[in-house]
Amino acid sequence: MTSRLLTYKDAINEALRQEMQADSRVFLIGEDVAGGAGRDEFPGATDAWGGPFGVTKGLVTEFGRERVIDSLLAETGFVGACIGAAFAGLRPVAEIMYADFLGTSFDQILNHAAKLRFTYGGISSIPLVIRTVTGAGFRAASEHSQMLISIYSHVPGLKVIAPSNAFDAKGLLISAIRDPDPVIFMEHKRLYMRESMVPEAPYAIPIGKGDIKRIGNSITIVGVQKMVNTALDAANILEKEGIHAEVIDPRSYSPLDIELICESVEKTGFLLIVDESHPRCSIASDISSQVVDRAFASLKGPIKMLTGLHTPVPYSPPLEDFFIPSVNEVVRYCTSMIKGENIVNRY
Amino acid sequence: MTTDSKWGKETLRQMLLIRNFEETADKLTLRGKVPGGMHNSSGQEAVAVGVMSALDPKDVIATTHRSHHHTIAKGMPVNIVMAELFTKATGCSGGRGASMHLADVENGHFGGNGIVGAGVGIAMGAALGIKQMGHKKVAVGFVGDGGVNTGRTWEAVNMAVIYKLPLIIIVDNNQYAVETFVERVTGGNDIAKRGAGFGLPSFTIDGQDVEEVHKHTSEARNRALAGEGPTFINALTYRYYGHNVGEKGQYRTQEEIADWRSHRDPIDRFSAKLISEGALTQADYEAMINSVAKEIEEAVDFAEKSPLPDVSTILDGVDSGLLGARK
Ligand SMILES: Cc1ncc(C[n+]2csc(CCOP(=O)(O)OP(=O)(O)O)c2C)c(N)n1
Ligand SMILES: [Mg+2]
Repeated sequence: MTSRLLTYKDAINEALRQEMQADSRVFLIGEDVAGGAGRDEFPGATDAWGGPFGVTKGLVTEFGRERVIDSLLAETGFVGACIGAAFAGLRPVAEIMYADFLGTSFDQILNHAAKLRFTYGGISSIPLVIRTVTGAGFRAASEHSQMLISIYSHVPGLKVIAPSNAFDAKGLLISAIRDPDPVIFMEHKRLYMRESMVPEAPYAIPIGKGDIKRIGNSITIVGVQKMVNTALDAANILEKEGIHAEVIDPRSYSPLDIELICESVEKTGFLLIVDESHPRCSIASDISSQVVDRAFASLKGPIKMLTGLHTPVPYSPPLEDFFIPSVNEVVRYCTSMIKGENIVNRY
Repeated sequence: MTTDSKWGKETLRQMLLIRNFEETADKLTLRGKVPGGMHNSSGQEAVAVGVMSALDPKDVIATTHRSHHHTIAKGMPVNIVMAELFTKATGCSGGRGASMHLADVENGHFGGNGIVGAGVGIAMGAALGIKQMGHKKVAVGFVGDGGVNTGRTWEAVNMAVIYKLPLIIIVDNNQYAVETFVERVTGGNDIAKRGAGFGLPSFTIDGQDVEEVHKHTSEARNRALAGEGPTFINALTYRYYGHNVGEKGQYRTQEEIADWRSHRDPIDRFSAKLISEGALTQADYEAMINSVAKEIEEAVDFAEKSPLPDVSTILDGVDSGLLGARK
């Protein structure tokens, strides 16, 4: 298979394009997923804008406005419509511009998309994908910076994916579109321009399988989405101090590959979970409690969570930068954990 | 109708102040002085100033992600607004909210919102509070032509009608929601008719004519104070710049922008009227432009010299102190 360097954004675009080519039931809907380009009044404008990050750029040119639908500013309306369209046999891929705006359509997701299969006897399926954008560090304040992975992972009936690189993003989005169930697919805004090697041909990565991004035997670091990269950077520094960190990327948060994490902890004896989201009722606290349940005997010290704060994401750069766990903090946590030192919380 | 000279000059100065603020802040954003982005309201000054000049300072507003013009017209000093955009501790929100989250609740500015469609509901609640407490004032909720497609906006309009609340809903209709042209997403193509369907006085007005905006808002305010309930105003206007700083979309023609700028600019129109009526001389006008520029320069200087918020304050204010961010 030929591979080449591709950005996370373009890998997602390619997954959408290939699945739309392969399956005429797949369509996109969201605010400005096409954009004003293509408006009949402006024949000169040929290419689409593709949303604020340009992720769906060009798709309208290939598939037309019937399959790349610019929604009005009405998330409740179009997410609800996607459920009906999925029942009707289509494969909707909705785009919510920022994860923070999911609140406006949350009822449709929580009470309908997630529950109707079970409630109607477990037979009818809802093959729906909701793509959205997570993460802080974009200087966009509290209503454009949240993660919210844990909120969706809490709800039975939803699959939740949050890839950390372009290769995983393409393979997992293809799986999400082919999946018979509702999938929340979370893209980190600070990863869009990051490149990795991505095969040209379509490929599917199974939902629910985590990935070891770096092998080590001194300590297990589980990173959540962008924090996988933070953990990998920290692991390089730790290596120089003789600490061999194993870095795990769960990739899917529901279902969660807890076995993979436990196997690693059984090998290393230490677990640090790095998640830029808030600490309480979080992915980090969930992983921590499951590891305690399943692999307590292997632990050589307490599990630690390095997370964002229990505050909304602030705007001002020094505050926002402090909010997000840093490479240095990961290094500090890991070294202290291995030495058995008491860790002073950063807040 | 001739314009009262004193009112006219104040109104014109306000519009000039907003225009200069926006154009300055836009450049500073491109230079990285304002982190992130901002939503430039250039072209929409008459809506903000026309509405606010008809209000009493104690009246309440709640607004949107594009609210610098509403905020300055409501009376927040430009240095405080600029400092917030610079994310400085001296900004109205201490640097935590910036462009989309300008607020001064104590002085009747119930805030901008990053989530489109939030403002009218909050303003409706403010109007409910005003009514229940028997205050003699009104609330104004701003929404865009995009936001007017959110269901919750209409839930709030209906409630305001049912409860006869002292509310004025203003559609700051700049005709685009990011790249989406209003006519493509407005069934029936008449936003005011939608309002009328809820049984309240509902108007489409020229949002580039500051006096027309002022007049309609005053009448709405009088009705509200007389206990006659809410009014819906769809003010047609235009945004000159991209949705966010630096955006150059292909969704409208340069000719369209040039047409609005050259034939319907609210500042040009109003200054020409004042000059032709003798209420303002060309020399007055130039002096006004210079004094506005100086005020904005000082605001930038203030913002530049102000300190960033201290990291040790990051946990403050998550709640009133009961839970605390540490627990
Ligand atoms: C619920 C929600 N959906 C989408 C967005 C993204 N967004 C921000 S502004 C905007 C367009 C708003 O258009 P309009 O209401 O006309 O206001 P304008 O920007 O023209 O002032 C969109 C889609 C958002 N902030 N909130
Ligand atoms: Mg608009």
